[in-house]
Amino acid sequence: MAEFLVVPALLAYGEAAFAYAGELRGPGLAGRLATWGVRLGWLAQTALLIGQGVSAEGFPWGTWAGALNLFVWLVVGAYLIWGCTPRYRLLGLTVMPVAAALLALAWAGGGTALDEGDRSGVVLAAHAVLMLAGFAGLMLAAGMALLYLWQERRLKRHERSVLRVRMPPLDALDRLAARTVLGALVVLTLGIGVGAASFERGDFDAAMVVTLLILATYATLLVLRHEGWRGRRAALLNLTGFALVAIVLPLTHFAG
Amino acid sequence: MKLTLAGVSHHKAPIELRERVALDLETCGALAERLEGEAVLLSTCNRTELYLVQEEHAEELAVATLAELAGDRGDDLSAALYRLRDEAAALHLFRVAAGLDSLVPGEGEILGQVRTAFEAGSVGPFLDRLFRQALHAGRRVRLETAINESPASVPSAAAALAQQVFDDLSGRRVLVLGAGKMSEATARNLVSRGADVAVVANRTLAHGEDLARRLGAQAIELAAIGSELERADVVVSATSASDHVVTRDGVATALRARKGRPLLLVDLAVPRDLDPAINELDGCFLYDVDDLEAVVAETLSGRRTEAARAERLVADEADRFREWQASLDVVPTIASLRALAEEIRDSELARAGGRLSESERKHVESVTSQILAKLLHLPTIRMKEAAAAADGVVYADVVRHLFGLEEEERRR
Repeated sequence: MAEFLVVPALLAYGEAAFAYAGELRGPGLAGRLATWGVRLGWLAQTALLIGQGVSAEGFPWGTWAGALNLFVWLVVGAYLIWGCTPRYRLLGLTVMPVAAALLALAWAGGGTALDEGDRSGVVLAAHAVLMLAGFAGLMLAAGMALLYLWQERRLKRHERSVLRVRMPPLDALDRLAARTVLGALVVLTLGIGVGAASFERGDFDAAMVVTLLILATYATLLVLRHEGWRGRRAALLNLTGFALVAIVLPLTHFAG
Repeated sequence: MKLTLAGVSHHKAPIELRERVALDLETCGALAERLEGEAVLLSTCNRTELYLVQEEHAEELAVATLAELAGDRGDDLSAALYRLRDEAAALHLFRVAAGLDSLVPGEGEILGQVRTAFEAGSVGPFLDRLFRQALHAGRRVRLETAINESPASVPSAAAALAQQVFDDLSGRRVLVLGAGKMSEATARNLVSRGADVAVVANRTLAHGEDLARRLGAQAIELAAIGSELERADVVVSATSASDHVVTRDGVATALRARKGRPLLLVDLAVPRDLDPAINELDGCFLYDVDDLEAVVAETLSGRRTEAARAERLVADEADRFREWQASLDVVPTIASLRALAEEIRDSELARAGGRLSESERKHVESVTSQILAKLLHLPTIRMKEAAAAADGVVYADVVRHLFGLEEEERRR
């Protein structure tokens, strides 16, 4: 029964994604509907994850689809913390369509079903959760970078609607993206540290190389930002880093 | 209880009259305390309004209070004075809190002024509810519409753009080029949103010093702006120079020292002061007067739409308040009815008490309590609904008559 909770979660996320597009015409009902969509969807997905956790004997999110399910929950949860405030509401426009699409993919791949889960130990489970939480933070940061580039383009082109459509301020997006990357890197480093506890000689694989590459890319971003690489260049580097997370990491991690 | 409002505002009262009736917050509080009943005095540069809740003679008292403030020339007051009661007064306050009655519709300062007036007032349950709901209406309008984000002039559009780039303008450094009226108006708009005008640069230093003094800034000559470009967040330019005062290369040089901080440049001069190629530089946003006028034209059309939406929100809040106010008419009747029912239940339980064991008594108490609650639930709801539809008093009278509530009250 619990596995059917994916349907209301998906519907609510989808509704939120559409409603955020309505918010582009100006703040109002669409934005509030979107916010409620996010909240209700997240609650439904939380109940689904609890159901999966209770019914499984091991870690229920070890497959690529299961990991995607947990990843979406973490992304939306992180977004809920502050993204739903009216000032940053349009961030949902970059986050919720992706979240809805990924949850649909997780559903199609069987990641929302109730099963026994794999028999990974607690350490590996903690490693997986921390890594996914770190990547969720990086996805939010990428959403901010995307929004930054969009808002910058509008300002550069002197779009007439620049004051009518309420976008988050440019400088705030830049700062928040950097802080989110910093937070995500801390969580990722913790995750890598926990994973290293069960590391054995010969375990080193392509996924680990890419993970370290991601860590290095974002660390470089933070260092360069400190040296003056802010704004557009930082946003582009942020998106490059996330391309590694979104495209290369799943291939290297789950291809086998 | 009757709500009465008497006041004068920028709509009809000239500034000389508004000055005479204007009060500081402390005096507003003291005056409200002195008046009988519930009272709040709202006094801003655009209005002075007295909200009173009393059983009788509230209007006379409110008018007399304002006339006393206006001094000997009270005749001026009668021409500009408005008086509103009950629903109309509540709706007026909601519109005021939402900024819809302001000189610049949607301006945000009034909400804070309403809040401080409320906090300083002599408030009971009625005005407490009224002002809290007015503040809620004001917050809803700001949150759910873009009315306060629609600048109506080029200087305010420039300041709003600065907020789109920097968010909070507190501590943001503004460099002003030129000492004319446009420079000053734009600088003042930025200051009103928290920015700090640091430097005024002008070809004639003496003119620049005048403006710098008024804005609390430092004056320098135009030729010395190189290092200031490195530190400024916003540059406002409106000189009468015939050629570019700031070139692309000049800004590019400054950018190296800025560590990627964005720079907003506002060129209000014709011919233009700032090289248009500056906009191509990374992190630089250059707006000239045509760009700003286009933004203003777009937002003005949006402002009309937003104002209509804001009016609907305010009307919605006023309806809710009216329903609450109307329910007050039937509340005493509902309370009397419930008291009578409880009294009958208690006396019957007392009579039967001797024949019941402890557990039976508890059970009977619980059952009779539930019966009463269920029996009275629907009449209570219906009376409140009737009150909202303005039939409340009739219903209340019928209930009082049918259940003999007046006799019961007299007996008690």
